[in-house]
Amino acid sequence: MLRFLLAKLLYLIPTFIGITIVAFGFVRVLPGDPVLLMAGERGISPERHAELSAQLGYDRPFLVQYADFVAGLFQGDFGTSLVTKKPVFDEFLSLFPATVELAVCAILIATLVGVPVGVIAAIKRGSLFDQISMTGALVGFSMPIFWWGLLLIIFFSGTLGWTPVSGRISLLYYFDNVTGFMLIDSLLSGQEGAFASAVSHLILPSIVLATIPLAVIARQTRSAMLEVMGEDYVRTARAKGLSQRRVVSVHALRNAMIPVITTIGLQVGVLMAGAILTETIFSWPGIGKWMIDSISRRDYPVVQSGLLMIAAIVMIVNLIVDLTYGLINPRIRHK
Amino acid sequence: MTDMTPERLSTWTIRRRMAAEFWFYFRQNRGAVAGLVVFVLLVLTAVFAPVLAPHDPILQYRDALLVPPAWTAEGSAEYLLGTDAVGRDILSRLIFGARYSLFIGIVVVSIALVGGILIGLLAGFFGSWVDAVLMRVMDVILAFPSLLLALVLVAVLGPGLTNAMIAIAIVYQPHFARLTRAAVMAEKNREYVVAAQVAGAGRARLMFKTILPNCLAPLIVQATLSFSSAVLDSAALGFLGMGAQPPAPEWGTMLAEAREFILRAWWVVTLPGLAILVSVLAINLMGDGLRDALDPKLKRS
Repeated sequence: MLRFLLAKLLYLIPTFIGITIVAFGFVRVLPGDPVLLMAGERGISPERHAELSAQLGYDRPFLVQYADFVAGLFQGDFGTSLVTKKPVFDEFLSLFPATVELAVCAILIATLVGVPVGVIAAIKRGSLFDQISMTGALVGFSMPIFWWGLLLIIFFSGTLGWTPVSGRISLLYYFDNVTGFMLIDSLLSGQEGAFASAVSHLILPSIVLATIPLAVIARQTRSAMLEVMGEDYVRTARAKGLSQRRVVSVHALRNAMIPVITTIGLQVGVLMAGAILTETIFSWPGIGKWMIDSISRRDYPVVQSGLLMIAAIVMIVNLIVDLTYGLINPRIRHK
Repeated sequence: MTDMTPERLSTWTIRRRMAAEFWFYFRQNRGAVAGLVVFVLLVLTAVFAPVLAPHDPILQYRDALLVPPAWTAEGSAEYLLGTDAVGRDILSRLIFGARYSLFIGIVVVSIALVGGILIGLLAGFFGSWVDAVLMRVMDVILAFPSLLLALVLVAVLGPGLTNAMIAIAIVYQPHFARLTRAAVMAEKNREYVVAAQVAGAGRARLMFKTILPNCLAPLIVQATLSFSSAVLDSAALGFLGMGAQPPAPEWGTMLAEAREFILRAWWVVTLPGLAILVSVLAINLMGDGLRDALDPKLKRS
């Protein structure tokens, strides 16, 4: 297992180097001068411009800047935001829990709904349930989620008035950020109604973000189940006289879950992309919205390190998925 | 002695029989046929947009702002699906929007397909370091969430339709490269390839005439899926203000302009999104049918 892990890690090194080059390179070719941007409306004299340029290190050769960037990474220095003047990593840490909270809720919804739907659809292949759920899955898979979010806002926030339109919690509540996760912090605060407020803010964005993964997981579960149900060991289990419930839950489901777990893991990249749209629609203060805002503000260091950190997260999650896959399916590990 | 050699069929006959077989399997999938019908209608709408549209898509009727659709109480038969905040006819904008979506899909898939096939062929055919370098580059592109990478690319190139298409194509192209490479690796040691090689076929001929046609099925399926994703992602870029720029009647851009009216004028928001959903759904239905009909091995559902 350790060898398997090391092999996987070695394999990631060139990709990671590539990611640093891409993140660094993009930002150097972004149009717009960061120094002029910092100076703002007032304008700036050429001397002051050169001075600031030198101070920020933008006057040095690209290779030196790149080496500096990578050296900084190893020391945990991800640069400083040009707009807020705060270290990029601190900003990332303060916003990351919001995205994690949203993504975890979304993946929970997608898994808890998608897997049972896929299993039932496979067992009752060709039934009305199968047809309706698989049509629904295809619609979900084809959904422009930024529009889907707006529709939910129109209906639940506008017509019914059940849920708030944006943000993470009502302004009526104020408490310390202990964990950064609003659901936990609101409970810890002990204030009446705070938790309910957090849930009502979270529910629509979670549904929107869950939509595509839910559709993918339901389809994948159904096809994995169908495949497994045709295997010899399922037939043997049936021949032994085991109940349908036992055959499905023990013999079929366990084996069918192997590809499904991979699918669920691979949705993390999808979630990060989805978070950009979802967070923009619901003004959710997370990583996705942070990236969009920084791109439009041309906040070089944030875009550069943000890209890098997001890609690294996706890479690490994919690695964990690979390892889990190796754990549950020894055939992969020994190949 | 009777002649045992099978009847030689002309290329034309073989092609016709393949098409007939394909259609036989495709037809069995009702969803796929429905998708195809909607897609053909979409193409016709795009082609005949100037004839079909009742109004100029960017003409602003200043005396008819935010008119609701014709079937509502305040609606007007002049504007069947209503007007937007500056008095443009929504139906006409949706009809012209079909042109954008199809055009984007075609351009993105063409660039991604050609680039991906070239890279995949090179990597799969030559192997060793060529393969290693090319595939690591693909891994790097795949490590970024596609929409984020496309966004940053557009920020670099400057917002606009052309740049959005290039960005999306770059982001999609690794999928084609990987598929081609896998197919080439599976095919290149088969007898027919060795036979062609022994017969003196050059590298280019081996790659493009001998191997490539046998790798096409998964590529066609991927192309269909990418087509629908391209429509979605370009609409998303438009929605974020990075794609087609106003006043272009692109569906995502229309949604972006409509955002502030969501609680006042539902039709401005609902209709462009519905157009995106229906188009993407139709293409995905077609893709499912293509997958089943082209390659039984890929059949999943």
